[in-house]
Amino acid sequence: MKPVGFQFAQPETLAEATRMLRDPGEDTKIMAGGQSLGPMLNLRLARPEKIISIAGLSELRVVDEGADFIEFGAALRHAEFEDGSLPEPIDGMMRHVARGIAYRPVRNRGTIGGSLCHADPAADWITALTALGATVRIVSAKGDTRDVDMTRFMHGAYRTEVNSDEIVTSVIVPRYSPSAVWGYYKTCRKVGEFADAIAAWVADPVKRYSRVVFGATAGAPIISVPLSQQIATTGEVPGKDVIKTELERLAPGLDRVKQHLLAVALQRCTKQALNHD
Amino acid sequence: MGTGIGARVARKEDARLLSGQARFVGDLKFPRLLEAAYVRSPLAHGRLKSVTVPAKYKDRVFTASDLTDVLPIRPESSLPGYKASEHYPLAKDKVRFVGECIAICVAPTRAEAEDIADQVVVDIDPLPPLVNAADAKSKDAPLVHDDWDDNLFLTTTFDGDMAFAEKNATVVIEREYNTARQCMNPMEGKGTLSHWDEKAGQLVVYTSTQVPHLIRTGVAQYLQMDQGQVRVIAPDVGGGFGYKCVLQPEELSVSWVARKLRRPVRWVEDRREHLVAGANTRQHHYKIKAYADDRGKLLGLDAEITVDVGAYSVWPFTACLEAAQAGGNLPGPYALEGYRCKTYSVATNKPGFTPYRGVARPGVCFAMELTIDAIARAVGREPADVRRENLVPGSAMPYTNVTGKFYDSGDYQHSISEATKAIGLEAFRKRQKEARAQGRFLGLGFGTFTEQSAHGTKVFASWGLPLVPGYEQAMVKLTPSGSVEVRSGNHSFGQGLETTIGQVASEWLTVDISKINVVMGDTGMTPYSTGAYASRGMVMAGGAVSKAAEELAARIRVHAAHLLQCDAEDVTLKGGKAWRGAASVDFADIARAWYLRPDQLDEDVDTAGLEVTQGYKPDIDTGVFTYATHAAIVEVDAETGKVSFEDYYVFEDCGRRVNPMILEGQTYGGAAQGIGTALFEEVLYDPSGQPLTSTLADYILPGPAELPHFRLGHSETPSPYTRHGIKGVGEGAAIAPGGAVLNAINDALEPLGVEINELPATPHKILSAIIDADHQKEVAG
Repeated sequence: MKPVGFQFAQPETLAEATRMLRDPGEDTKIMAGGQSLGPMLNLRLARPEKIISIAGLSELRVVDEGADFIEFGAALRHAEFEDGSLPEPIDGMMRHVARGIAYRPVRNRGTIGGSLCHADPAADWITALTALGATVRIVSAKGDTRDVDMTRFMHGAYRTEVNSDEIVTSVIVPRYSPSAVWGYYKTCRKVGEFADAIAAWVADPVKRYSRVVFGATAGAPIISVPLSQQIATTGEVPGKDVIKTELERLAPGLDRVKQHLLAVALQRCTKQALNHD
Repeated sequence: MGTGIGARVARKEDARLLSGQARFVGDLKFPRLLEAAYVRSPLAHGRLKSVTVPAKYKDRVFTASDLTDVLPIRPESSLPGYKASEHYPLAKDKVRFVGECIAICVAPTRAEAEDIADQVVVDIDPLPPLVNAADAKSKDAPLVHDDWDDNLFLTTTFDGDMAFAEKNATVVIEREYNTARQCMNPMEGKGTLSHWDEKAGQLVVYTSTQVPHLIRTGVAQYLQMDQGQVRVIAPDVGGGFGYKCVLQPEELSVSWVARKLRRPVRWVEDRREHLVAGANTRQHHYKIKAYADDRGKLLGLDAEITVDVGAYSVWPFTACLEAAQAGGNLPGPYALEGYRCKTYSVATNKPGFTPYRGVARPGVCFAMELTIDAIARAVGREPADVRRENLVPGSAMPYTNVTGKFYDSGDYQHSISEATKAIGLEAFRKRQKEARAQGRFLGLGFGTFTEQSAHGTKVFASWGLPLVPGYEQAMVKLTPSGSVEVRSGNHSFGQGLETTIGQVASEWLTVDISKINVVMGDTGMTPYSTGAYASRGMVMAGGAVSKAAEELAARIRVHAAHLLQCDAEDVTLKGGKAWRGAASVDFADIARAWYLRPDQLDEDVDTAGLEVTQGYKPDIDTGVFTYATHAAIVEVDAETGKVSFEDYYVFEDCGRRVNPMILEGQTYGGAAQGIGTALFEEVLYDPSGQPLTSTLADYILPGPAELPHFRLGHSETPSPYTRHGIKGVGEGAAIAPGGAVLNAINDALEPLGVEINELPATPHKILSAIIDADHQKEVAG
């Protein structure tokens, strides 16, 4: 299990990194921590000619705290969120999510931007940041910058909005009021494994915001508007049958065990959120 | 005691293992070393039409058409009706499982070797794959081996008298049980490095094996060489569990290339190769009909056991050891009178079955223990009580059971009594009731078993094996400086044997273990041993060391008597010195006299010297039986199907404990593997025979967070038939968790009408069963 030979570039600046993406003839892959790409290379499932490592770029490791948002550099590592060294847009949620990602050695190297771009349906940030209403900032080889809402970022399993000449530079997360609540629950076979089911709920009465998201489905995270409204209005954990009916509408033909687990995950995450008060 | 038998001595090998100083096959350095990668079959079953090697790699890639002087691995068995399979180390004509070796590619690095392997083109005409034993057994199934008339390696029948049971039973339980195919996953996979030693005129094979002397025999046999031309060295080995107790086809092809090119060649198995081509163990199917009276007393058992053997028979243990063990061990520790059992060893398109820690018994224990609990539920009694009443009582020992197993000693009922007490059965039932009222599902399960260990010549001969273990040999000597050297052809690969056989020498010679050097694993330096398997290492190698050390102690006394001017009978050994009253002579002085100052010796000195080799086997060939009861308390999350442990207790008796601390470590490790069997591990295939669990993200092993805090209790019933009363224990703890944990789950879920009879009990299976039960209630209600 050794990779096919490849060129390895470690640019010193973001500008240098984007310049490297200009040659469209070259089969290039960005590495931002390598915790998923590494195994794919070793299994020879990924065979790029060139790898550009951006995990060390200082421009991608900054935090910009605005009044209404926090912008997290894409190369911030899961462990940095876990250890509480970064500000929280909503009390404790990103720290909680980070703590549940894989194992500590993975969290020491894996980055938030890398995880988003890999777009494994069962990964945590994809679902958590969708619930948080985050936006992904992307720059292109030409130097253009665009912002993509998380609801449009992931196209399907391992497919995203990011083009081959683009790099994700940061994730912008809105700030929530002190009266906001959140819940995040996942089930997995063992500690550190990818999830079998994820549900997240974030709500802020001040912002009149409520969003229910299901993750670890076959593709992008699924938002339920009716459940978001129902939970915000009633302040109660929805019944399993109600959630299952909604899942049937949103994702018809889901395996019944998966559907059940997603329903349980949502019940538990809302319970967790409502007990926060 | 000092550092002798019974002492909690820290393991000698740990310093190097824990500080990265151990030397595994992957650590070896040789000039001009070539690394090997294999082209492996991408299909489960097909005719191999051609293998095309790019012209520039003609001297880097070798196929079956090159290895014409290598014989196919063809383990024979004398059991009537057994069919032998031929496993070419590189496939010839036909491929029979995904991952079967087709070509070996060598290059200065593994990555380059894999690059070459990528460019080799294989053309295979697909044949219908046999992915499960039931299909393979059916009348019109395609044949795995073209020259057979069906897909059965072997069928055996044990036809006991069931008349009494059938006539008198008031309760009849019928169940089917399944155990999953597993991979053993030692931390270090297989690895082998061969080179041709011009000076010795020998092929030297460094290999990660449990059985170096057997591999020497096997390599010589299949490469058609004289054994004198082969030396096998097992360096540090990172776990075996049975995976490394058979001859590997890679050991043959790597050796052939090294001999051909006169260059060192190494292959190190990676985890993906292991999870695909090493998916070779544990898969059984049981059909059981149990007859009991209204107290749950087992009157008879009618069983059909099917083992999914895979494509090939392994050397030397054959495809039939598993079923032979399963059929013989199913009654386990229970004193039942009526027994009928049919076993099928079925060929399928999967890697060839290899015995894994516990060999068949994790399967039979699972089937038997779930049956006992099903009987207990049927008669409305506490499973612990039903279990106790069915066990062979201590007063009946030694006891010959219905299949002719000779249980040498012990009190099986005591183990269940101790486990019941320690786990707090009565208090638990109260808590369980309270928890149920709150919608929580707690359950308690037991698993009791016997572990036949160190079974010898007659037992292996009765299994029809081509090689039969006999007298285990060991050499013990006093070095010129008065320290002790122990040489054994057995091997230590995690079980601590390097320490424990040193302790046996320490016991006789009174020398501290720090002054005892243990040499193992090198056929060039150790006497013949068939190696470490069947929980035999401690009993056999320990016994041989004991015998040799006893003889050496006698010789030391004779030499000392001369120096102390007395009779040998008046000399005692203590603290590494020979004493006559208050006068003493150090072993160093005794050794110096023999090796360096023979002028100090008498003319009539015993010229046998201070180096002793002895052969040993126990007084009986039938093995000595360790036994244990495991008790597990679990909570099942009925909404997610997840199982968590509240408590796990093991009460075990393995005769005299040579090193209690190492025994505890063995028990923790074995039980952890058993939890893997119970809840996590499962090789899955798609309908075309493609493995779906080829990474550790798909094949789930338990980690520390998933394991209970194991609590242990022990009693010591020395075997009357072995040196020091030792029994084997290496496999034991892996046997019971499947039964204990599933019984606990079924106890927890009884109110929901759910019973799981399949391993592993994954959340998906548990949840599906709960949803089904719910659905049925809805339909009924």
